[in-house]
Amino acid sequence: MKYTLNVNGQSRTVDVAPDTPMLWVLRDQLDLVGTKFGCGVGQCGACTIHVNGVPTRSCMTPVSTVGRMKITTIEGLAADAAKLHPIQQAWCDLDVAQCGYCQAGQIMTAAALLRDNPQPSDDDIDGAMAGNLCRCATYMRIRAGIKRAAELTAGGKEATQ
Amino acid sequence: MSTLTLDRDVSRRDFLKLTGLAGGGLALAFYIRSGGSASAATASATSGEFAPNAFIRITPEGAVTIVSKQPEMGQGVKTSLPMIIAEQLEVPWKDVTIEQSDFDTPKYGNQSAGGSRSTPNNYDNFHLVGATARTMLVEAAAQTWGVPASECRAENATVRHSSGKSLTYGQLVAKAATLPVPAKEAVKLKDPKDFKLLGQRIAQFDSRKIVTGQPLFGIDIKLPGMLYAVYEKCPAFGGKVVNANIDHIKTLPGVKDAFVLEGSGKVKELVPGVAIVADSTWAAFSARKQLKITWDEGKVANESWDSFVAQAKEKASQPGEKTLRKNGDPDAALAGAAKKVEAEYLYPFISHANLEPQNTTAHWKDGVMEVWSPTQVPSAGAGLITRVLGIPADKIKLHITRAGGGFGRRISADYLIEASAIAQKVNAPVKLTWSREDDLRHDHYRPGGIHFLKGGIDADGKVVAWKNHFFTFGEGGGPGSGGSLSPDEFPSRWIPNYQADQTMFETGWPMGPWRAPGSCVFSWVIHSFIDELAHAAGRDPVAFRLELLGDRDAMPPGGGGGGKKGGGAPYNVARMRNVLKFTAEKAGWGTKKFAKGQGAGVAFHFSHMGYIAQIAEVTVSKEGQLKVDRFVSGCDVGAQIVNLSGAENQVEGSVIDGLGVLMTQELAIDRGRVVQSNFHDYPLIRITDAPAKIETHFLKTDYPTTGLGEPAIPPVAPAICNAIFAATGKRIRQMPLSRTDLRWS
Repeated sequence: MKYTLNVNGQSRTVDVAPDTPMLWVLRDQLDLVGTKFGCGVGQCGACTIHVNGVPTRSCMTPVSTVGRMKITTIEGLAADAAKLHPIQQAWCDLDVAQCGYCQAGQIMTAAALLRDNPQPSDDDIDGAMAGNLCRCATYMRIRAGIKRAAELTAGGKEATQ
Repeated sequence: MSTLTLDRDVSRRDFLKLTGLAGGGLALAFYIRSGGSASAATASATSGEFAPNAFIRITPEGAVTIVSKQPEMGQGVKTSLPMIIAEQLEVPWKDVTIEQSDFDTPKYGNQSAGGSRSTPNNYDNFHLVGATARTMLVEAAAQTWGVPASECRAENATVRHSSGKSLTYGQLVAKAATLPVPAKEAVKLKDPKDFKLLGQRIAQFDSRKIVTGQPLFGIDIKLPGMLYAVYEKCPAFGGKVVNANIDHIKTLPGVKDAFVLEGSGKVKELVPGVAIVADSTWAAFSARKQLKITWDEGKVANESWDSFVAQAKEKASQPGEKTLRKNGDPDAALAGAAKKVEAEYLYPFISHANLEPQNTTAHWKDGVMEVWSPTQVPSAGAGLITRVLGIPADKIKLHITRAGGGFGRRISADYLIEASAIAQKVNAPVKLTWSREDDLRHDHYRPGGIHFLKGGIDADGKVVAWKNHFFTFGEGGGPGSGGSLSPDEFPSRWIPNYQADQTMFETGWPMGPWRAPGSCVFSWVIHSFIDELAHAAGRDPVAFRLELLGDRDAMPPGGGGGGKKGGGAPYNVARMRNVLKFTAEKAGWGTKKFAKGQGAGVAFHFSHMGYIAQIAEVTVSKEGQLKVDRFVSGCDVGAQIVNLSGAENQVEGSVIDGLGVLMTQELAIDRGRVVQSNFHDYPLIRITDAPAKIETHFLKTDYPTTGLGEPAIPPVAPAICNAIFAATGKRIRQMPLSRTDLRWS
């Protein structure tokens, strides 16, 4: 089946089985490999993308259900390709990652949190990020990174999305 | 010193220098390539790069590339080890590009990342690599100016003369490329007090690629015409394919091929199974759901964890199959002890659960196997390709990709040989991707174990007797990786009447190294039991441990005892004592009053050349909810922290990893197969259970710099369990914690 999708502001057409999860459409068909496969059952969050701005598990989202909804992936998170999103910038500033495999998913979830709650508390952060596993256990820096991004945003830097 | 043959790409203008590591053996091959890299060997010396060895390239424009030979899996070596070279080379870090090397033993020497060895194995040589190149650039400037090199110094990628004139490295490369490599003795290393880069917090070189989702990992590889494979193995370890509905599978959408692989006959090499090759990952995953396979499960289907535990309990009071070590007369000492403590400690098999599922891309073309793999030990994969597929080493090209977690899992190359064996039957590059279920059910697991302990304390509160009957799990006649208790394991050499017996259950279960193998579980058993003895003696847990360590500064390997001599490492008692005191002071041990439901616990461990002490402060709610309020680590890993950011990240990650394993991780192995399948029934720790506060302190000593991937994990679980005891009076003798009701009133 052919589907015309709205991915990172671009119109992209793919020809895949209707039950193909967006995860594999992005990775295999559109060469957007920043979105990661971790569990395939929505337990780890490595595949998190935004669908109309809502953090969504792409491994559980069949392409047939997406229509023309706006898909944003880690590759399209920063509005301006030359300038990082505050969450991405904070992740670099604080050297959050270890292996880095989960971090695209962490960043997508954190970006949505920060958009909806510009000054999250520790509890807010833990609540929002609880669905994203980090096997290297960089959770202390994920908390710190979100706070740092909140400061960057409050400091007049480019707001999310 | 070993000899080395020039590889065929090295031109006659090139020459070779070998440096020996202390203790013998080939360390590095230094190539002088006057015309630049091998592919640019025809370039003239004046326009080529300066490439004084396999690790550094400087262009006439001044671009500096440092090659990282070790696999990167999140331990940070792709950043930290090049920092050492950059420090000595005197180049600004912001101008350095780092390139991951391929697997090439003649060129790079050992490329295995495991055992926290990447730093200690390369530390001294990388200082020399950077300093050698810097010395040549300084010499090039001195010759250009006709002045003594001693009047010149290098900084900021520039050589300056005392008169004030200067030349950039870019301006010097043409000249430097014509100079001979100075002897090691003629190269002056920087004084550590002049280090500008080492010890700083430096973000990973790949940070920007990670946060913007650029291709980095094995699973991200895409080649023109590439196909996608899955591989179904028997749920019971090592089972063979009797028959499968291959013909039906071949008719499914997107499927290009399907076939049976017989396997190499070993459960940790090429395991028998059915391969499906398709035009997309999803097509392969979808076709796999239609597979119908009849398996011959073999005798492994008779082996279950619960049955082994029951057998261990029956045999606990009998002598073990073998005595690992015996000092004095433990039975008599126990009989005469003022106080006796008996306890049974049990931990299950667990999985590595790298978040990036195992995968490898392989391309069999013109008699060459080209492989892209997230591996910790590329030589293991190359060795398997030769052994199982009969492809000689010079027909294997292996590219090392970033790995989405290692933890010891990627020391094994089972997934790499699967991909290679599949590729050999497919006329295209093929990427094998394991599902999460494959990963959990076909890991090389950390073995479980059961320890039946008895300890005796004399009237002065000193430990006079220690007996352990340890039940472990074997594969191929010996304990699996991490299942061997060293005769030298602390506190064997400190206790006058000590006995450790071992009984092994031989299984067909694949086992492999899991982050700090052995230490990651033995430390929990030992420091929990020491805490029990301290409590029985009515002593402070830190003071009791300091007294147990004693006044001597060094403990040689082996030592006394009637049993087998130990093959362990010498134990620097002074370092452990000092780091324990240091940590206790940082944590304010003994200065806090805790309410009921709150408490602190301590543990220490020496492994992977690191001396680590840790103190946990916890709260256990009346409802039994554990919260780690504060976790303090004191680490002595020698003279120099290379990258402070990376070092702190390793310790913080170890603390949370250790906590996560303690809290929930447990595999049920029933009839030779793992019962769990994915993260819903094998939960990993989430951010909600991460400690409120983690403090990491480094105690700088004069000892050689060593690694941090592993040594901070072993004391985590016992420190937390001892804190739980202090908070609730409940002693945790079984992992995971979810097995124990922590409610109190």
